[in-house]
Amino acid sequence: MEYYLQLFISGLVVGSIYSLVALGFVIIYKATKVVNFAQGELVMVGAYICFALTVQARLPFLVAFFMTLAFSFILGIVIERLILRPMIGEPIISVVMVTIGLSSVLKSLVQLFWGTQIQVFPPVLPQEPVMIAGLPVAPVYLAAFALSVILFLIFSAFFKYSRLGISMRATAFDQQAAASMGIGIKNIFALSWCIAAMVSSIGGVILGNINGINAQLGHLGLKVFPAVILGGLDSLLGAALGGLIVGVLENVCDGAAKEFLGLGGFKDVAAFILLVVILMIKPYGLFGAREIERV
Amino acid sequence: MHGQCGLFFRTYAGEARIFPSRFLMVSMGLFGTALCLAPLAMNNYLVSILCLINIAVIGAVSLNLLTGFCGQISLGHGAFFGVGAYAAAYLASLGLPFLAVLPAAGLVTAAVGMFFGLPSLRLKGIYLAIATLAAQLILEYVFLHWDAVTGGSSGMAVDPPQVFGFAFDSDVKMFYLTLAVACVCVLIVCNVMRTRLGRAFVAIRDHHLSAEIVGVDLFAYKLRAFGISSFLAGVGGALWAFYTMYITPEQFGIGLSVSYLAMIIIGGLGSVLGGVFGAVFITILPEFLNFLAHHAGAFFTDISGALLAMKEGVFGLVLVLFLIFEPEGLANRWRLVKAYWKLYPFAH
Repeated sequence: MEYYLQLFISGLVVGSIYSLVALGFVIIYKATKVVNFAQGELVMVGAYICFALTVQARLPFLVAFFMTLAFSFILGIVIERLILRPMIGEPIISVVMVTIGLSSVLKSLVQLFWGTQIQVFPPVLPQEPVMIAGLPVAPVYLAAFALSVILFLIFSAFFKYSRLGISMRATAFDQQAAASMGIGIKNIFALSWCIAAMVSSIGGVILGNINGINAQLGHLGLKVFPAVILGGLDSLLGAALGGLIVGVLENVCDGAAKEFLGLGGFKDVAAFILLVVILMIKPYGLFGAREIERV
Repeated sequence: MHGQCGLFFRTYAGEARIFPSRFLMVSMGLFGTALCLAPLAMNNYLVSILCLINIAVIGAVSLNLLTGFCGQISLGHGAFFGVGAYAAAYLASLGLPFLAVLPAAGLVTAAVGMFFGLPSLRLKGIYLAIATLAAQLILEYVFLHWDAVTGGSSGMAVDPPQVFGFAFDSDVKMFYLTLAVACVCVLIVCNVMRTRLGRAFVAIRDHHLSAEIVGVDLFAYKLRAFGISSFLAGVGGALWAFYTMYITPEQFGIGLSVSYLAMIIIGGLGSVLGGVFGAVFITILPEFLNFLAHHAGAFFTDISGALLAMKEGVFGLVLVLFLIFEPEGLANRWRLVKAYWKLYPFAH
């Protein structure tokens, strides 16, 4: 039992990172209807920038962290301007492929600058484990979980109360109506990419503190799909919960598969089997907007 | 179908012909002859690239049938290709002759493809793309862990194919074999597109509701698209297994699916010729970079390593640039070039 509790907790931590990445994904999808296959690479770039600033430039962690956020903001603008804006109005497959192309470009840039070895962040938080319900939990894990919750609350409030957040929602709902109310649609598109890149880079920094980073970090982006489909493609709450559920589910399934079936590496597919099931029975997820259409 | 200047059709059958003009037939014949003679003037390395191109053509044209003509985005084509390769390797290890293994691998893959096409009943667009992505990852897991059939992570060895006692055991012999199969596959797709089936696919792509209203059974036809496309992918995968003679799970990862999608995007969606162009382009691209790295290495010692690391980046960059500046693909550019030379001195 303790084994599964341990799995459950580590699942929550991994899940909270999935939630952060999924949050970025949903923000882009909500505002621009672009399905971003490069989300994992945004995480990776954020993590490597922070790594370069803390380890290679020897800046204090907090300074490096905020500089990483600023960099991600600019990266978001550049990506939107150069790559996504010409794709407005193109068919879905072109938009999907352009983000896939973007992901390979980002991945190879990271490999070019930092190589493929695992890089380790210097420890920021104390290493002593904290006891929760009789189980030792590393402070980094707690910080990761807390940070995800805080960010989720901030973004929920942002979309609910701030003028900018409301105009982003309006754009997502109906671009023409939003434009005629005086909202700059193009700025909203750029902004959503900036926010997504920033949120992802926070996820990357946390991951770097937990496991270290390597050039394969981008595969994380694929795990976002089960999370967002489970939660509903356009729901922030759905992304947050979906990420947590996927994180827990894949860890527990992995443990169970190892114990009962003797199968290794089940972690990689458990979430995707869940994904297929959800798509078959409830394609708009737990909290997604329903569009009634018979195919 | 693009009507061409100076060609008049008096019957529907005439319009549906694969080679609408005698000039086209003659030039294709000449091209085919040149291709058959090409290995005589090439070294083994170039012939092996030609083999890879032939196999890639099968994969790209089959994906174009599904995605370009029927509008069903598939991110799982690489895994379907892998199913064909594993099916062929397994059946060949049971002692079946090559001529039986090839279609059998296709049928196995068609069954798997149609199973994973089932979600297309309810899903379309991005949801279907994500469902096929799941298919890709689940199949990859099966390749890696079904040790009894696939050999797991250590892979499977395959003997060169034999037809009536004649062994295709060199690159040149494999070139003629793959060329023949690729030609048959391309002809199958061309012919499917001329029938009711092909017109139904295009109708589904263009607007699924109106397709249903004019009497196209959406689910049945989408499943057929998945079936035909995976059958051809399975044949391509089988050839790949026989050609490389050793298959491992990582050959059929998500990268392969992406590169097939890139082939049809760069070549041109919804065009058989586009699939062929894209396959040639994407197969030659890394070899060209190798060549460049090799020669640049003589002048700058550091650059060759960097260029090799950039291979994936260049692939992504080419894809992005094509999507932004040439969304209709190489097939459209080819059409424009031909139109230009037709009226050459008088461009307007």
